[in-house]
Amino acid sequence: MLTIKPTSGPHTGSETGVGSIMRQVIYALLPATAFGLYLFGWPAVNLLVVTLFASLLFETLCLKLAGRPSIPTLKDGSALLTGWLLAMTLPPWAPWWIGVIGAGIAIVLGKQVYGGLGQNLFNPAMLARVVLLISFPLEMTTWADVTPWLTESAPDFNAGLTITFAGLSNPDAVTGATLLGHVKTEWLQKHPLSESLSDFCTLKMWLGMTRGSLGETSALLLFAGGMWLLLKKIITWPIPVSMLASVAVISGLFHVLDSERYLSPVMHLGSGALMCAAFFIATDYVTSPNTPLGQIIFGSLCGLLIYMLRTWGGYPEGAGFAILLMNSLTPLIDHYVKPRIQGRDRRGRPLEENMLKGERGKRKEERGN
Amino acid sequence: MYVLSAIASLATLGLVLGWILAVAAKYLKVESNPVVQELEALMPGSQCGQCGFPGCKPAAEALAKGEAPVTLCPPGGSALAEQFAALLGVTVDLSGFEEPEILIAKVSEATCTGCTRCFKVCPTDAIVGAPKQIHTVVADACIGCRKCVDVCPTECLQMHRPEVTLRNWRWHKPSGQPAGAAA
Amino acid sequence: MIALLQSLRIRGGIHVKEHKQATTGQVIDDTFPLPERLYIPLQQHVGKPAEPVVRVGDTVFKGQLLAHSQGLISAPVHAPSSGKIADIAEYPAPHPSALPIRTVFLDTDGKETGQSGESAPDPFMLDPEEISLRVASAGVVGMGGATFPSAVKLNLGRQNKIHTLLINGGECEPYLTCDDRLMQENAAEIVDGIRIMLHGMETGRAMVGIEDNKPAALRAMRTAANLHPNIEICKIPTRYPMGWDRQLIRYLTGKEVPAGGRSTDVGVLMHNVATAYAIHQAIRFGRPLIDRVVTVAGGAVANPKNVRVPIGTLISEVLAFCGVDETRTGRWVMGGPMMGEALPIADVPVVKATSGVLALTEAETKQDEEQPCIRCARCISVCPAGLLPVDMANRIRNNRLEAAVDIGLKDCISCGSCSYVCPSNIPLVHYFKYAAGELAARQQAQHKSEQTKKLIAERNKRMERIERQKAEELAMARATKERSDQADTAV
Repeated sequence: MLTIKPTSGPHTGSETGVGSIMRQVIYALLPATAFGLYLFGWPAVNLLVVTLFASLLFETLCLKLAGRPSIPTLKDGSALLTGWLLAMTLPPWAPWWIGVIGAGIAIVLGKQVYGGLGQNLFNPAMLARVVLLISFPLEMTTWADVTPWLTESAPDFNAGLTITFAGLSNPDAVTGATLLGHVKTEWLQKHPLSESLSDFCTLKMWLGMTRGSLGETSALLLFAGGMWLLLKKIITWPIPVSMLASVAVISGLFHVLDSERYLSPVMHLGSGALMCAAFFIATDYVTSPNTPLGQIIFGSLCGLLIYMLRTWGGYPEGAGFAILLMNSLTPLIDHYVKPRIQGRDRRGRPLEENMLKGERGKRKEERGN
Repeated sequence: MYVLSAIASLATLGLVLGWILAVAAKYLKVESNPVVQELEALMPGSQCGQCGFPGCKPAAEALAKGEAPVTLCPPGGSALAEQFAALLGVTVDLSGFEEPEILIAKVSEATCTGCTRCFKVCPTDAIVGAPKQIHTVVADACIGCRKCVDVCPTECLQMHRPEVTLRNWRWHKPSGQPAGAAA
Repeated sequence: MIALLQSLRIRGGIHVKEHKQATTGQVIDDTFPLPERLYIPLQQHVGKPAEPVVRVGDTVFKGQLLAHSQGLISAPVHAPSSGKIADIAEYPAPHPSALPIRTVFLDTDGKETGQSGESAPDPFMLDPEEISLRVASAGVVGMGGATFPSAVKLNLGRQNKIHTLLINGGECEPYLTCDDRLMQENAAEIVDGIRIMLHGMETGRAMVGIEDNKPAALRAMRTAANLHPNIEICKIPTRYPMGWDRQLIRYLTGKEVPAGGRSTDVGVLMHNVATAYAIHQAIRFGRPLIDRVVTVAGGAVANPKNVRVPIGTLISEVLAFCGVDETRTGRWVMGGPMMGEALPIADVPVVKATSGVLALTEAETKQDEEQPCIRCARCISVCPAGLLPVDMANRIRNNRLEAAVDIGLKDCISCGSCSYVCPSNIPLVHYFKYAAGELAARQQAQHKSEQTKKLIAERNKRMERIERQKAEELAMARATKERSDQADTAV
């Protein structure tokens, strides 16, 4: 009598694993992150490190509480990636506790309470960002000036520690508004775009030499990272393409209607937050639909919501809210948008009837001949 | 003031919705069909008593009243539980459900005295044999009710796992939960 | 442009690591020494097992009928060599369970004395029905692994008036090159087999689909089919599972076989190239199917190659012939690594379906531990049948089999693409195989329960009758007694 349990095929497999996917995404984030660290100096480094460590710590704690081994789960890199994505979307000079609280929300409330990796409804990083934004509006909208390393204005190591762990002493002197925020405030004061954008440089914006979140300033580098992911087949095209296209089309439409009121597509696409959302956040496997068609619906609605929130909403940036809203629609989209089964019509009925009719008709013809 | 108006509007909303529900419950009530017969028809009907009820009909009655879980019938397994749940319109979580092991009776020829007690109690006539002769169990007809085991004076009837052949061999269920998943 | 449009017809599929280069360039090895004992299972096909016509102790010649087919869907079994029948008993089957199957044990005498069957120098003079009959009596079954009796298919083709015969030269499974080699070396014979099949099915035209990773086979087949304009050799893209009949039909003809239907519903039928070769052998020379080309490969095999071996040879002997390193072998597989079955022991016979024998190393089969699903949807995008493997597996894991059927479990072909790509190493195909088996078991249980109810009803009726009889007898006895009592008192 055999006691070995039979092994089912296939007896070979691809080398892509969960860990390698997460690693590739982190590689893709590296250029934009490095650039962010270069722009915002030591405080940004501190914030990134604190957030990453806090994420790993919270993940370990949760696993301990659940009585599950923590090493295999930590090794898959998902907690690290969540922390990384969160840090990228934080204001670079935010105090350390923003990173810690954010990591706690992302890992505990965003992921582990649902049962861990793969079970969560909302993108953990975006959930944390939105909760932070609502709870700590001041800290979350204090955007540091661009102070690249090796320039005079850059804070040295000690100053960096002070900024991260003790707070800014004179925030007004070294901070300001992001472009989208600036435009929004100006418009509220009835200033048309031509006025508020008088000293604006498109190239600088695309390169990312501007105020913004730690890793979200450079649309170009984020785009490059996204291309890398597409090339490596980690993500597929439907979500990023549909999302960027819908923002471009809608903003283009409104820009043509009133170019003094509505920003041009170039500026919308050039804001790093949109690029980051399109390539790194919305494409999160867990919280996006499973089928290409579902992903296109998801992406275009995301784009629409981002545009609406940016243009008419209370906050200058809407990517976080838009993605959370669409995350909640993902199960619904997946329920209704399913692939057609081979040999069946869209509703799952066998193709038989029309086929047989066709065949019978043909046979009759043959007989008639 | 804002607080008060918020409380007032939400309370009103709650009251109105609650009232609508109450009305709906009264006037749109669907008379529930006596499903006992349908449930009983689904059951194995061998009156084996493994569920703890004296027979299939009492079990069906308890099921219809909601006094017994849909997983009550061991021979029916999860397949029957799924059918019951569909009929009663309840959802059932079968994730922790262990399929019962089906055993069939087998006569040990060395100790059988041919007393015929077993085939008198067999509900499906699965035991064949004549008085004073060794009896055998027809495996295909045995439902594993153990009635024969209880009456056998020499304990020559024992429950065994049915023999596995190429014909009835099945893939086992994959061992389930991944390393890091929730229990 | 046409190719581009055609490629849109492919659904799902994956690019697998091919591992074919080790064997594709090597000539089929005909020098395999005749084993001393052959183990010939009586069921090597879909349908009813064959019934033995020889007895223990009989001396048989090569190609002699050992067991005849039973019923409509069945196939006979022939002696792969001459010798003596040592036994007809149970022997482990080449099956993942290695459970026993009724097998003829043949002790070979090495003389290889044979008697050729009915050969037909010009098969095109034969009746189409006669072709089917001869194919049936030669025991030819689908050699791609499905092992459906070929004659039954020929009849189906004739009855359903199909317009195109499709020949599957895809061989999309990694490692396997037996069809590839056969096409390179025996293209003319295969084309002849195709022409015989066309004649047998009264069909006008044939299309042969060959994956573009076999340029030599493509060239050879094109040359061989040059003179026959009704046989078209088509280059198809290399993408697993291109050899799935429905995928190939859709690619080559643009038609989709309805779910639950047969390929004849869209006017086509598909055979494997090796089947075409076997039919050529059976009709032209009266040779029954008693040997086949087997690809022997895998990381633990020193000299991977294609070998022609008699049916019934133990897989362990074939592996030894090619220099297998047992210490490095992690898993024996019969067939390809995608849909083939792992064998718990290697001492099981080569059967008509054995296209390959693989001795894979631990490294080749290495699967990391199962991890939680991250809903990456790779399984959905690669599924050639358009299913939702992840959702089906979740439902099965929670014992909701009916719910899994609702979303298409029965349309799954177990091709393994989903398991192959899964980054979390979830054994998706295993779930589907388990569910399919469990559903079959449930159906049987249902049937049994109906039978049980009938038996119980009958028993109850009988019990009632006995009770009634007893009561009547009792009443009768009482009446007689009363009467006698009355008589007594009267006296």
